[in-house]
Amino acid sequence: MSQAKVTYKPSDEVDFVIVGSGAAGGILAKELSTNGYRVVVLEQGPYLTEADFSHNEVEVFTRHQLTNNPGLQPTTFRKTPQEKAQQGYNVMYGRCVGGSSVHFTANFWRFHEIDFMEHSKVGDIPGAALVDWPIRYADLEPYYTKVEWEIGVSGLAGASPFDPPRSKPYPMPPLPVKGSGVIFERAARKLGYHPYPAPMAILSRPRAGRSACVNCGFCLGFGCEVGAKSSSLVAAIRVAEATGRCEIRANSYAHQIAVDKNGRVTGAVYFDAKRVAHLQKAKAVILAANGAETPRLLLLSTSPQFPNGLANSSGMVGKHLMPNSHAIAFGVFDEPLNDYKGFAVSRLLHDFYELDPEKVGFHGGGGIDARFDFTPFGFAMNGLPPDTPRWGKEFKKALRQNFTRTMEIFCHGTSLPVESNGFSLDPDVKDAWGLPALRMTYRDHPDDLKLASWMKDRAMELLDAADAKTKWHGPVEETQFAVHLLGTCRMGNDPKTSVINADHRTHDVPNLFLCDGSSLVTSGRGQPTMTIEALAFRAADRIMALAKRGEISS
Amino acid sequence: MKPFQAARRDFLLQAGGAAGAAWVSAQWPAILSAAQHAHETAKSDAPPKFEVLTPEQAKDVEAIASQFIPTDELPGARETGVVYFIDRALKTFASEAVPVYQKGLAELKQLTSETFPGVKNFADASAEQQEKLMAELAEELNPEGSRPGRQIQIAPGGFVRTVWQHTILGFLADPEAGGDRDYAGWKVIGRDPAHSFSPPFGYYDKDYPGWQPTSPESEKK
Repeated sequence: MSQAKVTYKPSDEVDFVIVGSGAAGGILAKELSTNGYRVVVLEQGPYLTEADFSHNEVEVFTRHQLTNNPGLQPTTFRKTPQEKAQQGYNVMYGRCVGGSSVHFTANFWRFHEIDFMEHSKVGDIPGAALVDWPIRYADLEPYYTKVEWEIGVSGLAGASPFDPPRSKPYPMPPLPVKGSGVIFERAARKLGYHPYPAPMAILSRPRAGRSACVNCGFCLGFGCEVGAKSSSLVAAIRVAEATGRCEIRANSYAHQIAVDKNGRVTGAVYFDAKRVAHLQKAKAVILAANGAETPRLLLLSTSPQFPNGLANSSGMVGKHLMPNSHAIAFGVFDEPLNDYKGFAVSRLLHDFYELDPEKVGFHGGGGIDARFDFTPFGFAMNGLPPDTPRWGKEFKKALRQNFTRTMEIFCHGTSLPVESNGFSLDPDVKDAWGLPALRMTYRDHPDDLKLASWMKDRAMELLDAADAKTKWHGPVEETQFAVHLLGTCRMGNDPKTSVINADHRTHDVPNLFLCDGSSLVTSGRGQPTMTIEALAFRAADRIMALAKRGEISS
Repeated sequence: MKPFQAARRDFLLQAGGAAGAAWVSAQWPAILSAAQHAHETAKSDAPPKFEVLTPEQAKDVEAIASQFIPTDELPGARETGVVYFIDRALKTFASEAVPVYQKGLAELKQLTSETFPGVKNFADASAEQQEKLMAELAEELNPEGSRPGRQIQIAPGGFVRTVWQHTILGFLADPEAGGDRDYAGWKVIGRDPAHSFSPPFGYYDKDYPGWQPTSPESEKK
């Protein structure tokens, strides 16, 4: 039975304050509150629901309705720590209740065994700080299953011969195939690969009071109007609120974690919508603010005990950013695919998950999917062949001819962890609240660019095998824009080289926990959200076990 | 009923059908509110009055927009009322671009009369003259290659690029964003205005037999 929504006073000491309501924060809120804990979730963005979501590209893309606003929250970028960073638009993340899970594509791949123990298998890689995770795939498997069943993932178990073992099938069959999926599947089979129905966090059947996907076609970038996309908002936050123990406090921008003289955290300081600062008191704090804002918040939280930032005795906070390498190719076909209908991706292949460095000459691996993820406006801006005029008769003709006949092949791959890549505080640029802006330092490991280029060649071969009438690929270029924000407070057993332990507890502060993309030790093969959510389910279990043993409260 | 509202109505009915009564009852207030919102937006395409552009500037903007998306046997920027979209954009979400337009239009006016003595405004120039001028000005629109980043940035750039982006937005953006009047732009590119769809979606998936595991024969190769 659903309880009335609860409201706490900042002076009420709740059990947990969670910063961030996205893929990890939403699940932590659900797990902790359904198990009896009192929780406040601080979300910097607004509380939007299905009634607010639309197909309005102006709101979504130019006014940043669902994402961080570079006008209010500038970022800066440099390639190396020696350079002065320049202001730009370098990071994108969800900034609303539900976080990036509101607008994401919803590709939900599990990581494979190799992702957790790659260093043991391949050894040191020059220029990278590749290490094993302190946990293995088997530790996370029950939680992957939990994500599939409790959050809602459509797919076909056993369809990919490369999949890791699983304890249960998917709760729902795959979404319908799209034209891009059929073309891709035929071409991939011709080449001896193993294409399969893509696992997606979108409902193929009505479930838990939510609608199945109605194939409206405004998916990537948009909030789902019918609740079919399995965001934290619809699949976790509402369950948390229904307990009557969890308050989602939107428009609340946490910017300092408060610490007492014993070096324990006492709560989170945040600005409300009127930019008035409050301290929400809590017995423990969990940061789930994403792989950019979690390290930023730690670095902002300096104190005499923690002069280099909170939980940063290792100096590793903000380091090892892994945004996932990628490449993209396009094909135009004779007949209409009408791939604008529906969600983005229906077919995928994992034949290249683990490439042999001896054969390809670099380290890494990836997955390749077939998709179409353009709105009509986005297509006109970015979806035409490079040699097509961008205005006039020929432009209009190309739009007419190609919009219904184009598909994309998207390649996703590893990023190697490099210590100098990451987030820090910009010494000069400030955000609209007067706080130091997020500074990104990034230079791709050469193997990541080689991988992207190699995958791009496979994508072009697939389009050849598919008899595409026209085909081309996007440039493989150095990363200056990050969406997957991974690895920046990584998990490990050694307090000197990692920020959190396998329980997501910071090595330095016993009642401070971190759980989001920043916890990842390796980047997987390009689709991290499923793993972030599995980690959140597992972290909740670990944290509750500590709490029950009395190891969190002093 | 305007086509936009019709599509919304069909969507609501279909969404209900796909989901079943339980979902509809739980979400009904949300649906109602979304429909209301759509209705409000749809109403806003009443015969417009320019709020930012002068009538003379509006003529020039319309002339530029119809160079970008000309009228042929199908509607172009002119018939879809792109100039009204742009005027509203300059009043609302793109107000920071007003100086870009003011300066750009003044320069265009000057360039026009310098290049073609006796022609006062771009809109007064012949089709041939307009095309000639645009060919020079629109050099910067040449494709840079397709970007892997999905987020579309509508950064305030130069005048030509700004008008170009606003023109495409006005021609193709979902009517909820005030573009694509009467779905004319979508008709041009073949985008069905319905708000929800059922498979098969197109030519290639219509006879798809269903996914099968890779057969042992194909594994032998």
